[in-house]
This record gives sequence, structure tokens and C-alpha cells, in this order.
Amino acid sequence: MLHDIFIAPFADMIAAPDFLMQVLWEGLVSGILYALIALGFVLIYRSSRIFNFAQGIMVVFAALTLVGLHAMGVPAWISVVLTLAVMFGLAVAIERVVLRPLVGQPDIILFMATIGITLFLIGFGEIIFGGENKVMITEELGIPTGSWTLEPFGGLLILEQKDVTAVAVAAMLVVGLLVFLNRTQMGRAIRALGDDSQAALSVGISLRTIWVLVWFIAGIIALVTGIAWGARAGVSFALEVIAYKALPVLMLGGLESIAGAIIGGLMIGVLEKLFEIYWGQPLLGGNTETWFAFVLALIVLLFRPQGLFGERIIERV
Amino acid sequence: MLDATEGHTTADGRKIGPVVMEMKNITLRFGGVVAIENISFDIREGEIRAIIGPNGAGKSSMLNVVSGFYTPQEGEVWFRGQPRPPMKPYQVARQGIARTFQNIALFEGMTVLDNVMTGRLTHMKAGLFSQALWKGRAEAEETANREIAERVIDFLEIQAIRKTPVSRLPYGLKKRVELARALAAEPKLLLLDEPMAGMNVEEKEDMSRFILDVNDEFGTTIALIEHDMGVVMDLSDRVVVMDYGKKIGDGTPDEVRNNQEVIDAYLGVQH
Repeated sequence: MLHDIFIAPFADMIAAPDFLMQVLWEGLVSGILYALIALGFVLIYRSSRIFNFAQGIMVVFAALTLVGLHAMGVPAWISVVLTLAVMFGLAVAIERVVLRPLVGQPDIILFMATIGITLFLIGFGEIIFGGENKVMITEELGIPTGSWTLEPFGGLLILEQKDVTAVAVAAMLVVGLLVFLNRTQMGRAIRALGDDSQAALSVGISLRTIWVLVWFIAGIIALVTGIAWGARAGVSFALEVIAYKALPVLMLGGLESIAGAIIGGLMIGVLEKLFEIYWGQPLLGGNTETWFAFVLALIVLLFRPQGLFGERIIERV
Repeated sequence: MLDATEGHTTADGRKIGPVVMEMKNITLRFGGVVAIENISFDIREGEIRAIIGPNGAGKSSMLNVVSGFYTPQEGEVWFRGQPRPPMKPYQVARQGIARTFQNIALFEGMTVLDNVMTGRLTHMKAGLFSQALWKGRAEAEETANREIAERVIDFLEIQAIRKTPVSRLPYGLKKRVELARALAAEPKLLLLDEPMAGMNVEEKEDMSRFILDVNDEFGTTIALIEHDMGVVMDLSDRVVVMDYGKKIGDGTPDEVRNNQEVIDAYLGVQH
């Protein structure tokens, strides 16, 4: 038994390094998507201290809108632009209808409100686009669908081109977002608002503008995630479930840290895949990916309640 | 009595200009509590104007009216010769009125430099799009803003902590960073809410020197609230004295010092 847990998996890894690389790659791809969703959470949390439960459904909603528009005969790229417009409209509506009347309410109320937004988007999305599975318009968007075959260590490693594209686009989005937040005045305003809203007002930051802005950025992130994930698994409301994977990512990475969200996402993606292949399937009958991330987060929380990269909580007495 | 449109020169050679802000019959209530009762006073360009009074006199409320955090039930605020409609604090900030807070309100997670840079937000001109793409105008603006921020940092002698997160700074330095952030806005009117509260003697002296230097070098108009009578009398050109929401004195430090009502408010009335 101990041999199966502590020795056999590693022996397998060494025996077939090409297969190990394949597993790591698959993990990396799902990891970067978890990271993207977590990034949407972090952004909204940093600027308004709201835990946005609706981030997951926003991914579904964005993907559905894109596919739905295309199905109505709109050309693919124009559908993307129109979907962005819809996400902007959604941001404005959320600020106007949900956030503005709730300014100054306790965090838990705002959290509940985002659950409300989630339920609304599920219902609204189903009425307009229907509840059945759809296919992401991958080819129409010019995303390559072939695959590259590499032969490391004399073995075989298959990289799907759409996965490579997803990773590249996600990486660009993350870098762009980091530059925007750290090096522009608007980015500073976003960070400032999360730190101290009174002080933010006193330096001329308009709450409403910033809120619309961050929800719109979260919408853009949702669309990118939706396209990438939709290309792998199709577009359906089941996609929302991947958003729950962002929760352990956030616990690992901390709600405050962008770097934490990215590293946390990649870690969970890679570790859950490794665990599934080398421990889960041979020892536990598989399907460990559904719970592994949560157990990992629980263990981390026991030792570091602020997550791996979260801002340290220091109480001055 | 001085004409509102004219200026004069002080004994130490500073130019005091025309009235820049005028509070006309301001009354502010919170439910049944009257925080400010029918108070009028003005602030002239280039002067250091103090509002003093015992605890609970309504000084901070008055500052919050000026900076748009409170909207008075009665009275008018005139700024640069025009009545000001009720405004949100961020709109007031964009008019060129910067402020600090009694209980420091800084962006704790950000560095000193980033905090000071937020002071430049009111001068942001590049659109969101060019900001997002970090192109052309946005980049040039960032450089220009950065220069001004660095100048303010040099002026207040906080170069050594430029990259330090604010949360790690001691109280006295935080106060100075807050002043730097307000100054970076190049305000037409600078509001300081108890800039020396909770400081030791040495820190108070430093802060007094900075306030005088700011006023002297940039000609910034300053309105400040203070508890400490001694400090106020040394710093300010004119003083408004408040007690229980009412104005009980207004004039030069000497005039105020000899005002019987002011003496009573501070020392208690003898029976």
C-alpha cells in the first residue's frame, strides 16, 4: 500500500517522462483558465470588497451571447464586438440596479446580491439562448484547431493548437492587466478605491465610473475564459461549475493578490491533474478532480489562513 | 475692513489675494442635532486660515461641508466668485480642493509613491482607451504626473520611503504622506483636518514648517483645523473660532486671543 502511494507513482513518472509532460500540459491549460476566473474575482474584490459570486455565470453568459449572436447570422468577429458591448451594458446595469442602491451595506449583503445576479443570469440566459449545449465558434474566430506533435525523450506529446492559443491569449491578458493596474492612473484609482473609499473620493475618484470599469473588465475576462473553455468542452450552463474551482484557487492565492490568483490557478490545475492520473485513477477509482482542489485549499487554510500570497493580517493592539 | 475683491500684503511679505471661498449662512443638522448653526466666513487666496474650537464644536463638520462630504441644509458655498451647487466629494476634488483627514485615510496597500500619484487623478486627461493601451498621451501624462509627484516627495523630504508600502510607516510619516498626496493635486485650496493631531513636539514642529513652506513657496491657500491653540496662533493669518456649532470669533490671532467669548469657551466662564 505504502509502495503504491509513495513509490509507484514517481516510478511511473520517471519511466514515461513524455506522458508526464502531457499530464502537466493538460493541467497547465485548465490551470490558466482557473486563474483567469480567479482574476475576475480578485479584480472586483480589490476595488470594491465584493466577493463576486457571479463571475462564473458571467463566463457562461458571455460565451452564450457570442454563440447566440453568431447563430443569428452575425459574422464571428462582429459577434465578439457585440458581446463586449453586451458585457459593458451588463456592467452598467449591475452598477445602476444592484450596487448603487446597496452602497455602504455590509459585505454579506453585497455577496448575496451577486448570488441574485447569478440566478438572474441563469434564467435570463436560458430564456434568450435556450438551455441546450452549443458548440463554440472556434474555427469561425480563426482559432487553429489542429495539433502539434512533439517527441520529447523519444516519446509523444500532443499539443492542441487551440489550447496553445488559449494559454497565449490568457498570458497576454494577464500581463496587460498587470500593466494597467500598476502603471496607469486608472489602475491606481481601482486599487485605491479598494483600500479606502473615503480617501478615494477625496482625490477625485468617482465610485460609479470605477465600478462600471471593473465589472466591464471582469466581463472581458469572462468572455476570453468562455471562448477558451467553450472550445474545449462546448458551451453550456455546466461551465459554471468551473467557476467554483476558482474558489479554492482564491483560497490558495488570497483574494487580494493577482499574482496569487495566477499561481494558485496554475498550481491547482497541475496538481489536480497529476493527482488524478497517478494517484486517483489507480488507487481511488478516479474522478478525483471534482474534489481534489477543495481538499488542497482546506489543508492550506489550516496552516496559512490568508492563503499563500494574501496580505498578511496584522492586528495592532 | 478689507474689500473682498482686493488683496494686500502681509508683514512678512506674502501676498494675500481676493476671497477664494465664502461660506454664507451655513447650517448643518443631523436629525435633531445642529452641528453648524448659521456660520459665515471667507477664505482669501494665499492665506492660512484656521478653524479652531473645543471638541465637538463642529470644525470637522465644517471642513466636510467645504469638501462635499456633507451637504448643508441651509446656506451657500461660494467658490471663486460663484455659488457652488451641491456636489459629491470627487467633484469637489476635481474643482481643485484637496484635503487630508483627521484619522489618516491613505491607501494602505499601496506604496508612498503610488499614494502620491493618486493625488494626480484630478489632472487625468487621457481617455480610458489610451490608458488601457498605454499609448501616446497616457504615457506622456504618466511621465508628467510622475515628475510632479517626485517634486512633492522631495519637498516633504520623504524620498527615502518612496517605495515603502504605507501600512509599514509610523504615524507621523503617514500624516506627511497624506499631505503629499493632497499637494500633488496642486490644489487651489488645501484643507487640513487636524494635521498635527497625535504628534509629538518634534513632529508638530516639522509639520508646521511644511505647512508654512507650502504656503510660502507655492502660494497655496490653506484652511486648517487645529486643537492646539499655540500652533494655530503661530501659523495662521486669520482664525475662525467655533463653539457648539456657532461662530464666536473671527479675526487675526491677536484679535481672537483677546476676544472674551473665545477665552470663556476655552477656559470656562468664571462665576
